[in-house]
Amino acid sequence: MKLENIIDELSLDVKTCREGLRNEVKGVYVSDLLSDVMANSKEGDIWITLQTHLNIVAVAGLKNLAAIIIVNNRQPQEEILQKAEAEKVTIMTTPLPAFEAAGRLYQLLK
Amino acid sequence: MALNINETIEGSFQLVGGNFATAGEASAQLKHTLEGLGVDEGIIRRAAIATFEAEMNVIIYTAAGWLHYYISPDHIKIKIVDMGPGIENIELAMQEGYSTAPDWVREMGWGAGMGLPNMKKNSDEFKIDSVVGEGTTVEMKINFP
Repeated sequence: MKLENIIDELSLDVKTCREGLRNEVKGVYVSDLLSDVMANSKEGDIWITLQTHLNIVAVAGLKNLAAIIIVNNRQPQEEILQKAEAEKVTIMTTPLPAFEAAGRLYQLLK
Repeated sequence: MALNINETIEGSFQLVGGNFATAGEASAQLKHTLEGLGVDEGIIRRAAIATFEAEMNVIIYTAAGWLHYYISPDHIKIKIVDMGPGIENIELAMQEGYSTAPDWVREMGWGAGMGLPNMKKNSDEFKIDSVVGEGTTVEMKINFP
């Protein structure tokens, strides 16, 4: 499944790197601990988190993640969006809480 | 698979404590260099994890530090030297889940006590030396398949 196919299902607002929407989604990893994501996420995963600070971009870039979904309608600041755009990391926000977002993705991907 | 290079490729990055904004840049550049050399993807992944955790430790806990890398035909060595407070109990610091990070760092999702264990897990050889009041040196070696 491609990233663009999940936008409506999770009410996603695409904030950066729209060209990433054609990326294939291989899985999902849910965590707010950055070292945990570094250790256990896999290439092509969507990362669901409530973190909005700058370091999420580096983590997603280093692990070649498909995208970051930020939950609960939390909004990253402009400088984070700029960095994500520059490093070609797709960031999307959703009003859904993490449980709900992960649940819907589980239904779509299983 | 050994790399088709004749001599060791070296590089260094200066890391500044508290500078979260540039965290990950050294790791990203090293990853890019390794990709350019055609290093195995799994090795790049391990090097990226180990280097990023090392960068974060310098940024979170110390005043400043250096990250040096040495790429040889059959392995990479990464050495991180910091001017930090040092680690009082290395055995404790190596335990997964143990952390001395302040609350505001934990709120960012760091300080889960996974940094040093992640670095060790992703290295074939891992060495740490620390002197309280002086600083910490970590050396990691990852062999190419």
